[in-house]
Amino acid sequence: MPVYSEKVMDHFQNPRNVGEIENADGVGELGNPTCGDIMKIYIKVKDDKIEDVKFKTFGCGAAIATSSMVTELVKGKTLEEAEKISNEAVAEALDGLPPVKMHCSNLAADALHLAIEDYKARKDGKGPIGRVETPEHDEDEHDLLEQA
Amino acid sequence: MKIINFDHFAATKMRQEVKDAMEPYFISEYGNPQSIHTLGDEPREALSKARLQAAELLNASSNEVIFTGSGSESNNLAIKGTAFARTDKGKHIVVSKIEHFSVLNSVKSLAKLGFEFSEVPVDKYGSVDPQDIKNALRKDTVLVSITQASNEIGTIQDIKEISKIVHENSAAYMHTDANTSCGFTETDVKELGVDMLSAAPHRFYGPKGVGLFYLKKGIRIMPLIDGGIQEFGRRAGTENVPAIAGAGVACELAKKELKDRTSHLLPIQKAIKDGVLNSLDEVYLNGHPEKRLPNNLNFVVKYIEGESMLMWLNNNGIMVASGSACTSKILKSSHVLSAIGVDAALAQGSLLISLGEDNTLEDAEYFVKELPAVVKKLREMSPLYEEVMKANKK
Repeated sequence: MPVYSEKVMDHFQNPRNVGEIENADGVGELGNPTCGDIMKIYIKVKDDKIEDVKFKTFGCGAAIATSSMVTELVKGKTLEEAEKISNEAVAEALDGLPPVKMHCSNLAADALHLAIEDYKARKDGKGPIGRVETPEHDEDEHDLLEQA
Repeated sequence: MKIINFDHFAATKMRQEVKDAMEPYFISEYGNPQSIHTLGDEPREALSKARLQAAELLNASSNEVIFTGSGSESNNLAIKGTAFARTDKGKHIVVSKIEHFSVLNSVKSLAKLGFEFSEVPVDKYGSVDPQDIKNALRKDTVLVSITQASNEIGTIQDIKEISKIVHENSAAYMHTDANTSCGFTETDVKELGVDMLSAAPHRFYGPKGVGLFYLKKGIRIMPLIDGGIQEFGRRAGTENVPAIAGAGVACELAKKELKDRTSHLLPIQKAIKDGVLNSLDEVYLNGHPEKRLPNNLNFVVKYIEGESMLMWLNNNGIMVASGSACTSKILKSSHVLSAIGVDAALAQGSLLISLGEDNTLEDAEYFVKELPAVVKKLREMSPLYEEVMKANKK
């Protein structure tokens, strides 16, 4: 039984919308290199719609696939619609993720929301927001095993 | 597509001779070795033969070899078995920072019961300084457990010198975890001077589900599995006869082939090491440059993450491992890389290769040819790499 679904593998191997948008209207960068995941999502906004979206991700297979999927889900959507997309919805669109990946690598929707927040902040003259560090997993391995 | 196994620390293919030796004990000679009647005769003979084969590999006596269920169990038996048996002498244990989890989590479990432990550091190559062991010893130290070679970075420790220091300066027992090294380097217990040693036959072409444990005559441990008199009362439970018979043959082969294995592996190891370091920027080797196992390499590839590297290599038929947080299942990057001073963010780019007898120089060449494209692809989508590139332009 493969660890990842076919859809995850497809998005990992053929990631959609990889890259950088020059002069993006909003950038959401989220993660922590110590945990192994950093997602950076760029959006171009026109008439309150996401006209273009691109991403760069440092991370595992799940991190890359969720980044790719979220860009596909929100391209052409209104900001309001995009704000409603959750990490869980992204995982579901990929036919699920292994349980251990649900929390660590499933941040793509959060990164997108941060990009929208950044877009709004810039419009109000309060941006850009910059990279937001997520907390490290600092539990002791031994304690984690006990909890499991 | 050809499958290249560069992850032999996870699994080695059992040798045909090993399987053949196991075969009779599944169905035709299914008896219990403890039976006095005839059904017990052949299985008892098999056990005795395997014990001798294992003893010869370790340069021990037959009655000093105990079969367990795994290398991890052997480590647990050494540590908890000693701790529980020697509470009259003390409650302190010394380990290194780069031990396997079956050692580290054993001492952590004991700590919850009131035992104490000290973790000695290692240098940037992963070597334990025997003087640090000497400094960590206390009057109440009952055990020192140091791995002969790390399962991640392959650095070989000077167990002989460490054993000498432990025995000269304390009443502690000396255990070495040879689960990674046994079968690929000398594990003569008399030469090493150890009181206990763990080994894992599935790492050297034997079956899974069986571990070796050397317990020097006169060393006191408390069994972890109480019950019958199997394994000299040190490990109760009906013996896994087929696996033990297979383990015996794996030991015999290891003794016979040790030199040939080394001379087969070293050129492949060198080809991969040189090829990777020459064909990629911002990649470096972890572990000792010379004092390391012939079948292990550990690299850090900067700005990308290990699991995605592993998955792309898998696509190309190459099976590797990584010490990154994402591959760890507990979301923590390697404690071994951290102990040798690799920054936690860089440890995410860990690439762990372990070689075996089925690997060839062609495999090494193919890997060295494929890796740069994988790294390039992942770096191109890495925001960390983007940052560095932009900073370099300025």
